Amino acid sequence: MEYLIGIQGPDFVLVAADNVAASSIIQMKHDYDKMFKLSEKILLLCVGEAGDTVQFAEYIQKNVQLYKMRNGYELSPSAAANFTRKNLADYLRSRTPYHVNLLLAGYDDADGPGLFYMDYLSSLAKAPFAAHGYGAFLTLSILDRDYKPDLTREEAMNILRKCVEELNKRFILNLHSFNVRLIDKDGIHDMEKLTVGAK
Amino acid sequence: MALEDICNFKDKPTHKTFPFYASEDTSVSVFTESLNFKWRGEMTSKKASDVPLEFHVPSLFKRPSSRASHSVSVRRPFPLSHGTTTLGFIFQGGVIAAADTRASAGGLVACPAVHKITPIHSHLVVTSSGSGADCMLWERILTREIRLYQLRHKRRLSIRGTAKLLSLMLHPFKGTDVCVALTLCGWDKAESTKNLEETLGVTDDCSPSVCKDVPSKTNLLCFSGPKLIYVCSDGARLQGDIFSVGSGSPYAYGVLDRSLSWSLNKEEAILLAREAVFRATHRDAYSGNNVDLFHVTAEGWRQRQREDLKEEYYRDMEKRGKKMDVKTKKAAKIMQ
Repeated sequence: MEYLIGIQGPDFVLVAADNVAASSIIQMKHDYDKMFKLSEKILLLCVGEAGDTVQFAEYIQKNVQLYKMRNGYELSPSAAANFTRKNLADYLRSRTPYHVNLLLAGYDDADGPGLFYMDYLSSLAKAPFAAHGYGAFLTLSILDRDYKPDLTREEAMNILRKCVEELNKRFILNLHSFNVRLIDKDGIHDMEKLTVGAK
Repeated sequence: MALEDICNFKDKPTHKTFPFYASEDTSVSVFTESLNFKWRGEMTSKKASDVPLEFHVPSLFKRPSSRASHSVSVRRPFPLSHGTTTLGFIFQGGVIAAADTRASAGGLVACPAVHKITPIHSHLVVTSSGSGADCMLWERILTREIRLYQLRHKRRLSIRGTAKLLSLMLHPFKGTDVCVALTLCGWDKAESTKNLEETLGVTDDCSPSVCKDVPSKTNLLCFSGPKLIYVCSDGARLQGDIFSVGSGSPYAYGVLDRSLSWSLNKEEAILLAREAVFRATHRDAYSGNNVDLFHVTAEGWRQRQREDLKEEYYRDMEKRGKKMDVKTKKAAKIMQ
């Protein structure tokens, strides 16, 4: 039902998420933001079961901020991703596992951009591009085809537009707008919202 | 309930009510324990308060492990009541909250005159849907906690803070049969900016840079003005301009989405809310009887007199009747 996508370039990461907050068949909100800012250069995109997403994402967000307050410097994206995965794994075999699917995107001054794919079974993979949701079935092949490691920001946006067009054409649900953000060495930039008209 | 807490008055319910199930003792005592909320509060440790806050969401993420024993529970004598139509929306004149008044239990109308909209304090009303008993209990718990907060901190908790508090209180019960979907409709009083800076770090993340799900045009209203927040026992917490909850909500959305705009005046808004509830009760079997309407402004909430929806139906029929020709009128008369 929900859709997340991330594309990593040589010096940036582009991420997008849909804007729908749904409750059974009703769209309760059309402008819901699924991205959580963990630090100046790290974004956590979170979808899954209704209450679990916000609870878990805010927990990670506050802990990352706490680390910065305690130690004076921020967690790197890789460290934040592993911390998140560890928390997911710890709760996985408890009575109350978190059913959330995540994409963590960040820019490390030492290692460069990074995109981490995590799912509700607490698997973690660093990937050049990734997507979550039913929409991923439709768009991963587009990414497989058109992605190259040295793509420019324009090219990444074009691939994103192609993916959204495909969703608009073939996906049974109407996801009419997407938040888009870009992370590079200068921080997190809000890009123009991607909207699609009626089919 | 607040007085009980302050006086440390513990009233243990009898365990003998359900003698048939051996596990009942443990489940009843666990429930009362989880009701005695004790809070390891970083928030209030800064303030000089002698009274230890009684609000415990243990480690915030460990739910009571004895929840597994809840799987053997008492069989319900009748199906729970879930049918309802409630709605709330924001417009230039404040917040309107409207709801029907039918409580249904399966196919039976358990009560035709229920109050689904409850005031919490002078500037906050909450519409409830889901299980009637759960909603009544959680409204009382919320009222108690808000009142305790006000007494301890000498200021009123913001609507966003209230919603977050409610969401955290409901979190331990996620996965159990608690079914509560509340819409908080209220008006935040404007605070002086200096106080806000101080409290920003302590209360919920309402700062503009982190205010992600608030559209930019309402960022200015982030701290004061009308607020509408939907909280449900699944854990969802959504702030928005229009919400409708319940079995009749799709029908209400159909009416509201067409005609709602920011610039409605108060009379039009009330008419729209009433018509939305009417259309929902017309189609939904589990909603009906009367409509309750509350209007919240900067001065507080005002309740309109409860109106029977059959009046609305006759008014609607009259409007249509003027367009009907004589033939169909005759046919309608014969059908009666």
